[in-house]
Amino acid sequence: MKNNYKLLDVKNLRTAFNVEGKDVTVVNDISFNLSPGEIVGLVGESGCGKSVTALSLMGLVPDPPGKILGGEIFLEGKDLLKFSESDMEKVRGKEIGMIFQEPMTSLNPVLTIGKQITEILELHQDMSKEEAINEAIDLLKLVGLTDPELRINDYPHKLSGGQRQRIMIAIALSCKPKILIADEPTTALDVTIQAQILELIQKLSNELGTSVILITHNLGILARYAHKINVMYAGHLIESGTTDEIFYNPKHPYTAGLLNSVPRLDLDPNIELPTIKGEVPNLAEFNEGCIFKTRCPNPTNDCKDGKSEMGLIEVEPGHLVDKCCVNCK
Amino acid sequence: MTNLLKNPLTFFSILILSILLILAIFPSQIAPMDPQKANYDALRSPPSRDHIMGTDYVGRDIASRVIYGVRTTLIIAFAAVILSKTIGFAWGLASGYFGGWFDLVTERIVEIMLSIPGLILALLLLAGLGSGKITVIIAIAVGGIAGTVRIIRSSVLSIKNMPYVEAAKAMGVHPIIIISRHIAPQCIAPLLVIASASLGGAIFTEATLSFLGLGITPNEPTWGSMMAVVAENYLRPLWWIAVFPGIALTVTIMAFNLIGDELRDRLDPKLKGEIKD
Amino acid sequence: MYKYIFRRISLSIPTLIGVSILIFFFMRILPGDVVDAMVTDETGALVFTDAQVESIEESLGLNRPLHIQYLGWMKDVVAGDLGYSFWTKISVGEHVRRRAPMTLEIAVLSLIISWIIGLPVGILAAINRNSLRDYISRGIVILFLAIPSFYAALGFLIFFVLVFTWRPPVEVIFFWQNPIQSLYVALPAAVAIGTGMAAVVARMARSSILEVIREDYVRTAKSKGLTKRTIINRHVLKNALIPVVTISGLQFGNLLSGVIAVEAALSIPGLGVLLAQGLADRDWMIIQNLVLIFAFLFILINLLVDISYSLIDPRIRYD
Repeated sequence: MKNNYKLLDVKNLRTAFNVEGKDVTVVNDISFNLSPGEIVGLVGESGCGKSVTALSLMGLVPDPPGKILGGEIFLEGKDLLKFSESDMEKVRGKEIGMIFQEPMTSLNPVLTIGKQITEILELHQDMSKEEAINEAIDLLKLVGLTDPELRINDYPHKLSGGQRQRIMIAIALSCKPKILIADEPTTALDVTIQAQILELIQKLSNELGTSVILITHNLGILARYAHKINVMYAGHLIESGTTDEIFYNPKHPYTAGLLNSVPRLDLDPNIELPTIKGEVPNLAEFNEGCIFKTRCPNPTNDCKDGKSEMGLIEVEPGHLVDKCCVNCK
Repeated sequence: MTNLLKNPLTFFSILILSILLILAIFPSQIAPMDPQKANYDALRSPPSRDHIMGTDYVGRDIASRVIYGVRTTLIIAFAAVILSKTIGFAWGLASGYFGGWFDLVTERIVEIMLSIPGLILALLLLAGLGSGKITVIIAIAVGGIAGTVRIIRSSVLSIKNMPYVEAAKAMGVHPIIIISRHIAPQCIAPLLVIASASLGGAIFTEATLSFLGLGITPNEPTWGSMMAVVAENYLRPLWWIAVFPGIALTVTIMAFNLIGDELRDRLDPKLKGEIKD
Repeated sequence: MYKYIFRRISLSIPTLIGVSILIFFFMRILPGDVVDAMVTDETGALVFTDAQVESIEESLGLNRPLHIQYLGWMKDVVAGDLGYSFWTKISVGEHVRRRAPMTLEIAVLSLIISWIIGLPVGILAAINRNSLRDYISRGIVILFLAIPSFYAALGFLIFFVLVFTWRPPVEVIFFWQNPIQSLYVALPAAVAIGTGMAAVVARMARSSILEVIREDYVRTAKSKGLTKRTIINRHVLKNALIPVVTISGLQFGNLLSGVIAVEAALSIPGLGVLLAQGLADRDWMIIQNLVLIFAFLFILINLLVDISYSLIDPRIRYD
């Protein structure tokens, strides 16, 4: 199933937000790709630009204040950034589905579950009302909801967070999109429900052949579900590779720091967890050089002076690391 | 201050309010004529060079009457708002802080007063008290008390359970001191917001009362009573008698509304939309 | 649901009793009273002897103790008898029956106008936020919020009389007698009141829509590929409606104030003019019964507003 065909190829994506009259680049020169059926993780801490990257792919960056400054997003060879708004409407929901972090607020409280599923089927699949209702019931069965015939007449407030996220998955996958973007799909859920939802996403990805971009701040999730991992830091992609490479052979000091700061059952619980020193720089004030220079364990003089230039280089086949920090660890 | 002038609407309203203030303080220096002096050589004359806004049925200069009307309008509106907000503030503080049967009774009274529209309450009072400046002020003020009590009371209820208030109570600080030092200062912002938002409404109510012939004594020029004259003579309406006081009234209410909006946005964005007057 | 409505109505009874006590004692305790108004001339000098005054008081039942008078009034109200005008001796119920239809027509029309103008203006301003259209509609809203309705009515009057040599009708034509003729009387009044209310509706609709547009479920709707129009119509409007309905209900007070002054401006013989006249004459029976009716309507409208919430939002259920 995995091959080298690039279903999605993001090149040098740059997205900025206007903050008090100043453009702040929050997604800076991001490039990555996605093959059919693959689950790719996008990991980083809050505010690193993961979600904005996802919204850029969907053409949903709120404008104003947001704006895509440059780059290319090829979906099956066509650049989405050159699409008109009405062309993008045919991509959203049909070619790329998306689920969000907050299942409690992501469904419209005044519309029935059924209506919220059938409207997308009627829109993209040219289904009649009845066909759409039957399909919606099948979709609810697929995502493991009990009594789907009754559920479609319910309003979202009657369902739990986990149930709502299942419905979001049903909506996102209803038109058999090629790509599913899952933006922190389990962050707001109980731990036991988290596993169920992720298992469901993995199972459906296998069955339907959907590629998944799994956005999370939780490395543990990616270890279990992702084929490849992209690590983001303060708007930059700083390391990218297969899950095994990232976990067993991290090159960037930030990736290594993240891995070390994950609590583990096989280590002495009395030893304090290592942390990454320092803080994420304020992007509005950051001027030049390596974005990681303020927290780097071994910065060179060039790094400190802001003379180093960022950019990914290949250290092993398929394993890319930002060139400033290849040897900083 | 420079920040305040950046918004053209705020700049406009401050400009209007300054002009109104000057007109209210120095009407006799600015008005071209005595507003009360009848001129039988110029009855019902349309706007002309001598009378830029024309004259009324007994030849009094409309422009001068509009200018003298500013003072009456502002005095009544400010006095009514200050009176109603002071009473409402004290009542709301006491009711929210002490709770118990006093609060229960307050809630009932507020509910009863809010189910009679402000203008009708004012009309009721005026019918009972007779007309005059003081009674108009009281009549307008009474209609604004209940809403103030409700808003201040709810602010007090949210502050009352803060740990620092609990701590002061636990230390045995006298209730009067707790209210004046810990609670009242926090209610000043919402009070200012509702007070400024009520000014436009108070001006509107005063004008309506005079328009209905229930305002202050008929001789003193008020915008509402000037307009009423035209409604009474509707078969031959002299447009200038009503149009100019009406413009003055509209612009004044607009300026106060805009200042109220600006204050609300600055002091208490949470209150947005909860105020009506 | 019916249980809730029943409970709300029974809860409103103490409020109404409170209102009636408030009105009654306002009228009786405050200095001015009907006999004073009757027996004095314009300068306030007595034109009757004390004995005559007493006999007038007796014929009006004013020499009874206050609580007896009050209980008598309440007994009559419950029995559906609103008493007789002190002056005209015409039954207040008859006055209301004659005048209420016109006032009701004006009120309903004003409400309709406020929605059919206010809602679209609010929607357009919100979806074209910070565009020229938004600025223009906000400017108009600021202006219409400030124009007193009786001034607008006076403006219509002057315009129609001077330009079309129009004459205000002498008698009231009920809607069911001749709708066109009836609208001819009611529409100018309704436009004068309705445009001001429309400004309030438009402002609330705009801010409410702008708030809903930021909700997560609107982002979900976008991610489905729905068009902007579908998103606004299907996902935004219904959610944005509750604050608009609320403010519309709260405007009932403004509506009543507006009706009183606008009826006076256009010489329309409705309930508003009746109340103003009653106040000028200190005709207690008219005043106390009319104000009680207004308060009752106000409470009723608030109940309707609360019930409408449950029709808009399935999360709100009154069980």
